[in-house]
Amino acid sequence: MIRISNLHKRFGKLIVLDGLDLEIKSGGIFAILGPNGSGKTTLIKSILGMVIPNSGDIKIDGKSVLKKWDYRNQINYLPQIANFPGNLTVNELIAMVKNLRPKKSNDIDLIELFGLQPFLDKKLGNLSGGTKQKVNIVLTFMFDSDLIILDEPTTGLDPISLINLKEIIQKEKEKGKTLLITTHIMSLVDEIADKIVFLLDGNIYFKGSIDELKLQTKQTDLEHAIANLMTKENV
Amino acid sequence: MRNIYFFTILFFCISPLFAKQIEVCSTCDIKTIKEAILIAEDGDEIIIKRGVYKEHGVILINKSVKIKGIGMPIIDGEFKETILKIKADNFSIEGLKIINVGQSYTKDFAAILVSKSRNFTIKNNILEDVFFGILIEKSHYGTIENNDVSSHAKDQASSGNGIHLWHCSNMQASRNTIHGVRDGIYFEFVKKSKIFDNNSYDNLRYGLHFMFSNENEYFDNVFTNNGAGVAVMFSKFIKMRNNIFTKNWGSASYGLLLKEIYDAEIENNTFEQNTIGISVDGSTRINYKKNTFSRNGWAIKIVGACYENDFAQNSFLNNALDLSYNSKINSNKFDNNYWSDYTGYDLDKNGIGDVPYRPVKLFSYIVHNTPEAIILLRSLFVDIINFSEKVSPVFTPDNLVDNSPLMKNTND
Amino acid sequence: MFKILKYSFYDLMRSRWSYVYFLFYLALGFVLLFLNNDINKAIITLMNIIIVLTPLIGTIFGVMYYYNSKEFTELLLAQPIKRSTIFMGQYLGISISLTLSLALGLGIPFLLYGLFRSTAIFDFGLLLVVGSFLNFIFVALAFNIALSNENKIKGFGYAILMWLFLAVIYDGIFLISLLVFNEYPLDKFSLIATMFNPIDLSRILILLKLDISALLGYTGAIFKKFFGTNLGMIISFVVLFLWVLFPVWRMNIKLRRKDF
Repeated sequence: MIRISNLHKRFGKLIVLDGLDLEIKSGGIFAILGPNGSGKTTLIKSILGMVIPNSGDIKIDGKSVLKKWDYRNQINYLPQIANFPGNLTVNELIAMVKNLRPKKSNDIDLIELFGLQPFLDKKLGNLSGGTKQKVNIVLTFMFDSDLIILDEPTTGLDPISLINLKEIIQKEKEKGKTLLITTHIMSLVDEIADKIVFLLDGNIYFKGSIDELKLQTKQTDLEHAIANLMTKENV
Repeated sequence: MRNIYFFTILFFCISPLFAKQIEVCSTCDIKTIKEAILIAEDGDEIIIKRGVYKEHGVILINKSVKIKGIGMPIIDGEFKETILKIKADNFSIEGLKIINVGQSYTKDFAAILVSKSRNFTIKNNILEDVFFGILIEKSHYGTIENNDVSSHAKDQASSGNGIHLWHCSNMQASRNTIHGVRDGIYFEFVKKSKIFDNNSYDNLRYGLHFMFSNENEYFDNVFTNNGAGVAVMFSKFIKMRNNIFTKNWGSASYGLLLKEIYDAEIENNTFEQNTIGISVDGSTRINYKKNTFSRNGWAIKIVGACYENDFAQNSFLNNALDLSYNSKINSNKFDNNYWSDYTGYDLDKNGIGDVPYRPVKLFSYIVHNTPEAIILLRSLFVDIINFSEKVSPVFTPDNLVDNSPLMKNTND
Repeated sequence: MFKILKYSFYDLMRSRWSYVYFLFYLALGFVLLFLNNDINKAIITLMNIIIVLTPLIGTIFGVMYYYNSKEFTELLLAQPIKRSTIFMGQYLGISISLTLSLALGLGIPFLLYGLFRSTAIFDFGLLLVVGSFLNFIFVALAFNIALSNENKIKGFGYAILMWLFLAVIYDGIFLISLLVFNEYPLDKFSLIATMFNPIDLSRILILLKLDISALLGYTGAIFKKFFGTNLGMIISFVVLFLWVLFPVWRMNIKLRRKDF
């Protein structure tokens, strides 16, 4: 479904993606892992068209998406830091995003699920970080799209909301959606991810299921397996 | 001819009380003005009725007659020559519309030419498409009143003046409207005369022009959008009061030019939106009092040697530059003026600012040396350098100050 | 684009700063008109303020808005909307809200003063038009600077520097070069130099109405043609328009290659 070929991206002298090739088939949860600065966010943003690669190609369903914009109608994206215009209310923001995406949405259910009703008429500038993240999640999941990209989705969430989020993720997976998740929380990866894509030095260092990873690194738990990947690199 | 003269004089001698009226019209016995003048005698009245009279070179000599138009008869000179030539005392011309005066580069053709005459009145006439309008030579005690003189002057060489007086005295020009000629009103070697309530606009050169004319007065006139408003040159004892000078625009254009003037009074005049309000090139003992200078490029520009001029109680309102001075101060005084740019204070509340005002700014010094710099007028940078110059004068004359600037504008 | 414009505009219309800006002009208008009573002086003072302050406020608002709404912009970028649409919407949102603050802030006191009965209405109208142009120009310039600088502090610094340059330093260099090259004919140079600075250009546009008497004092034929006819007005407006178009165009070019 997503086919990335020979993707290069440099920021000044810093090479972030160095001829990256990746193929992600439809359906399932893919955890994109890697040490800080390995290019996870750059990869995601390239797919979203926010970062313009120096060379290479990204195809979704066989069509190149570079310099296009309407394909984003089939992508839901949860950005890492949720910061909204402070003078809009939650309601207005939701209405606005709905307005920008002429698509069916189930925002009401999600608002209820995360208990956001009391905040609907509050200005976004007055909300706590966690509440903002909830709003962020609502905005992401309220549309029905084939591809869902989550960048550190758990930041600032309380345990109940975290459980809710996991449920939503599972549901979306059951609907046959493709989810790309970056996170540093290994337990989350262990719990939900079908496959792991491990980035290192701007390239794919490992791609496969959790079991395959454990097998390859001869570790019994994921955290150690990942640590093992990283130290191997360091040696 | 002799006979006519003889009979005229005879008639005048024996029956001065039996002045008669001569009617002129297309259906009258007398059909032309020339004919009427021919038979007229002293004291007669020539009544010209409504109609068009294609005549020029009409001559009136030594007959004291009244020529009066009824219903604005038109005398069309067909651009040939002077239309009415008069040399007589005690005559009047009234209610005529005289049009299409001949143009010439060598002769001064006029709608009405008066020479060597006394005690006459020219009033309520309309003069259109003139070369010279009313041209008066060597005459005295004449009144030129409520005439409307206009033309379509294109360049100075091929145009004449509206009301032109040469070697005259005790004349009065009042309530006339003059536009589209070279100089609206021109005085050369004219003495003891008055010019008032005239409206002179859209003239090619000057609204009013004085040369070698002493002891004259002009007041309550309006001069708008002329090449330059009023030029007073080589004259003494001129009084200028209550006149309005506006919108005289152009390089070196001004509301009022003073060139080699002595002992003049300039009072209660308004100078508004002229490139230069008053341009002074050599003047001595002039009193400028209670004048208002509003939104001129330069309120006063002094280019020649000036001695003992006194500027008091004038208002300087929002001029781009209040004063430009390129010569020495020469005992000219500024006192008790109102300056809209003044930023001082009045702690003792006596209506007079406690800090002296310096009317010459650094920028006016710069523009004087580099005229293109005018394009930076009112820019922040210019304000900054003006301010620093104000704080510590380096370039501007430090003795040119108004020591008692008024806090409020007193001339309204 | 209209949707983004609408939301940016709403957002700004509710921000405290829009009101501060609006109230500032409101107070300025009242003070100038009702404490002074000389409408010509009020217009001249307003001109001085508009020409210097509108660019400054436009610059600061532009840069500030860009950096403050960076995350929100990223959210928008993930939506199926063209990049240029997002930024043009934001750009117009800021420019229009600033222009509205200016027009209302000054318009209300002038209306109360009885502007329509005064002959100064054209001068005032021109002031507002020029002020609006300056808003659009300097917000666009600020966006350009912000787009080229990831670092907020640097971006702010450059933006303020740009304003300082155009508002003051440019004229200083301009004047000094006029003085230095005094011997040469400078009218063409000075007109061209004016065109290259939107603040100078706006100033000249207003002077054309306000101080035409002074501008016509210079003898040069080019000046005469420029200031004495409608040519000056027309050319100035065209160039001012280009001053809006050029930064907007560059903004769009820059956007195409920008990473967020």
